[in-house]
Amino acid sequence: MDLLNAFVALANYVLVPGIAYGSQLALGALGVTLVYGILRFSNFAHGDTMALGAMSAVLITWGFQSIGLHLWVLPTALLALPFAILVTVGLLLGTDRVVYKFYREKKAKPVIFVIVSLGVTFIYNGITRFIIGSDDKNFLDGERFIISARTFKKMTGLEEGLAIKTTQGLTVITAIIVVAVLFWFLNKTRSGKSMRAYSDNEDLALLSGINPERVVMITWIIVACLATTAGVLYGLDKSFKPFTYFQLLLPIFASAIVGGLGNPVGAIAGGFVIAFSEVTITYAWKKVLGYMLPDSLAPDSLVQLLSTDYKFAVSFVILLIVLLFKPTGLFKGQSV
Amino acid sequence: MNETLRNTALFAIIAALIVYTGFAQSWNAALLIISMGLISSIMALGVNLQWGFAGLFNVGIMGFVALGGLAAVLIGMPATPGGWAAGGWGILGALLLGAATVVAAVQVMKRMAKGWVRTLVVLALLIGGFFLFRAIFDPSVAAVEAINPAHTGYLGGLGLPVIIAWPVGGLFAAGAAWVIGKTALGLRSDYLAIATLGIAEIIIAILKNEDWLSRGVKNVIGIPRPVPYEIDLQNDVGFVERAAGFGFDPVEASTLWVKFLYILLFAAVLLILLWMSQRALNSPWGRMLRAIRDNEVAAEAMGKDVTARHLQVFILGSAICGIAGAMMTTLDSQLTPGSYQPLRFTFLIWVMVIVGGSGNNFGAVLGGFLMWYLWVMVEPMGLWLMNLITYGMADGYWLKDHLIESAAHMRLMTMGAVLLLVLRFSPRGLIPEK
Repeated sequence: MDLLNAFVALANYVLVPGIAYGSQLALGALGVTLVYGILRFSNFAHGDTMALGAMSAVLITWGFQSIGLHLWVLPTALLALPFAILVTVGLLLGTDRVVYKFYREKKAKPVIFVIVSLGVTFIYNGITRFIIGSDDKNFLDGERFIISARTFKKMTGLEEGLAIKTTQGLTVITAIIVVAVLFWFLNKTRSGKSMRAYSDNEDLALLSGINPERVVMITWIIVACLATTAGVLYGLDKSFKPFTYFQLLLPIFASAIVGGLGNPVGAIAGGFVIAFSEVTITYAWKKVLGYMLPDSLAPDSLVQLLSTDYKFAVSFVILLIVLLFKPTGLFKGQSV
Repeated sequence: MNETLRNTALFAIIAALIVYTGFAQSWNAALLIISMGLISSIMALGVNLQWGFAGLFNVGIMGFVALGGLAAVLIGMPATPGGWAAGGWGILGALLLGAATVVAAVQVMKRMAKGWVRTLVVLALLIGGFFLFRAIFDPSVAAVEAINPAHTGYLGGLGLPVIIAWPVGGLFAAGAAWVIGKTALGLRSDYLAIATLGIAEIIIAILKNEDWLSRGVKNVIGIPRPVPYEIDLQNDVGFVERAAGFGFDPVEASTLWVKFLYILLFAAVLLILLWMSQRALNSPWGRMLRAIRDNEVAAEAMGKDVTARHLQVFILGSAICGIAGAMMTTLDSQLTPGSYQPLRFTFLIWVMVIVGGSGNNFGAVLGGFLMWYLWVMVEPMGLWLMNLITYGMADGYWLKDHLIESAAHMRLMTMGAVLLLVLRFSPRGLIPEK
């Protein structure tokens, strides 16, 4: 029995990656949930908005790197992030003007919006691939680790190492800042309050003089910030590849629905629920159990519940369970 | 212009395009476009049933098509010698055990009183069942996959005529659709979209990773055909003579003849399904579905069971996609799980339905042919366009190389743009619903 080593192994393979992935999902789900709350449709283009935002960041980062601009030990991509957000804001506002506005004025059914967003998805995806190609792109620089496994072992004298990547630390810190600013905005500012009013009751909001077009514009701007940040963080942490963002759509939607569509707190909670379920179910528990159990009981097999190829199945099953038992999500969302 | 004339003209235009391809490129290419067009039309019919009749948004067509493809393997391929003895029964038993566990858990949920005892019992059942399942499943899978992994390494199929796989593919897809429909229908329309998106990804993941079932990414090749092989025809004296009588050389004649036979088979399926869809559209059932689509609340007030009708039509539409999937795998004679992409198998079909005219069966068929033709042609057209744009640039200039290299991605943008333009400016499609 060696509980300390067991805990370190658990932290290294489950807790740290789970928290980082959960933060990325939470940021993505926040974007989906905001669009749902204000514009009242499930935005299938969100994954590819993230891809496009991340792509702009990659290109700008490369530009900075080529003129020798670096950010000390941090990735240069952080410096590129604000510019990438500007690009995404322009893109989303343009898309809204050209595509969605027409259907909003016609008061089209939500399902039409969903189909339209699917069309937008493919145009975004096409643009991304057209500009940057469909292969893996690396734009990470700076220090790789906050603590590497070797330093940790030396420091503590434990058998197991705990590695925390810079990108993981960065993801969590950025996510906390972004979420704090978002909630401050939604709860304290006039624009944020008008957004929540519009989301709660459209007619009453219109009656009290809230300009719907302005609310929609602010929503798209916030969504652009969230999507770009989430996309860049995911790209830094894993790697940037246009197709992966389309596949992220399922866990992101699952997070938003599990938390309750249209509810920002729910989106964050949902993100962590999905991330931790994915990581724990696809993790091979052999090592941790080996430390925790006496030698005679130590498992021979990997004790992996599902192979990592099926991580999407995990979010899907959780989604189905929530839809079956609590269609409004853990935190009361808007829809049934 | 009267309606029938207009529609006939539209179909004639497609026919002319295909005939032109036949003269300009080759008749083999033209016949291939026709056979894939027929399959695409069948998929579009299925989606039209769901979207056009009932307003259900299914983003998982790819998954249902792939299930049909799996049926072609499981029915058409010969059984791997020793596969069932090595682990086939173990796998089957494990799967049955897994299903029994789920059923038992559901029964406990229903029968026992609410409380922590019930939660504990259900959890214990599920966890115990899962480990028992893995204990039987894993060694059996390893045993099956160990049999000559370079050539087989999977259970194989039943070795029956592959035509039987077409209805079976429909049944597979219907089963998956039942599970999804049972959970997601009756909730918001978006939920069905997300659930179908998920099931499609999972079906593809299963086909890619469960080697004992579908050989995974090693692909199953050489699925037996329902039509003769070219090489047999070339060795058949009678066939060669007849071909020579028409002025064809034996090789070309045999490839054309095989494609022609496929087209006959596919056209027969399409005609049957089209006839059935037309009958359904004009029956009380079809009118009820459209009433539900146009005003759910009113239809419910009239005593119609909205969720049950939705489930019915969702299963039927998915089954049609499954049939088409089995036909496509039969045509290719191979199952390549890596080639299933949402753009090609979900999105393209949607564009077909919407361009053709949602709610109109002939529109779906027209859209199927037209969009398939475009799909085949967009890539050379994109390349041509890029060559035109970069005409003035010097060879080796980075922008020129990049643009020409990226021409392949034009498909995504073109299809997205076509969908958005049609939805915006002609939402009823080429042949609108009556």
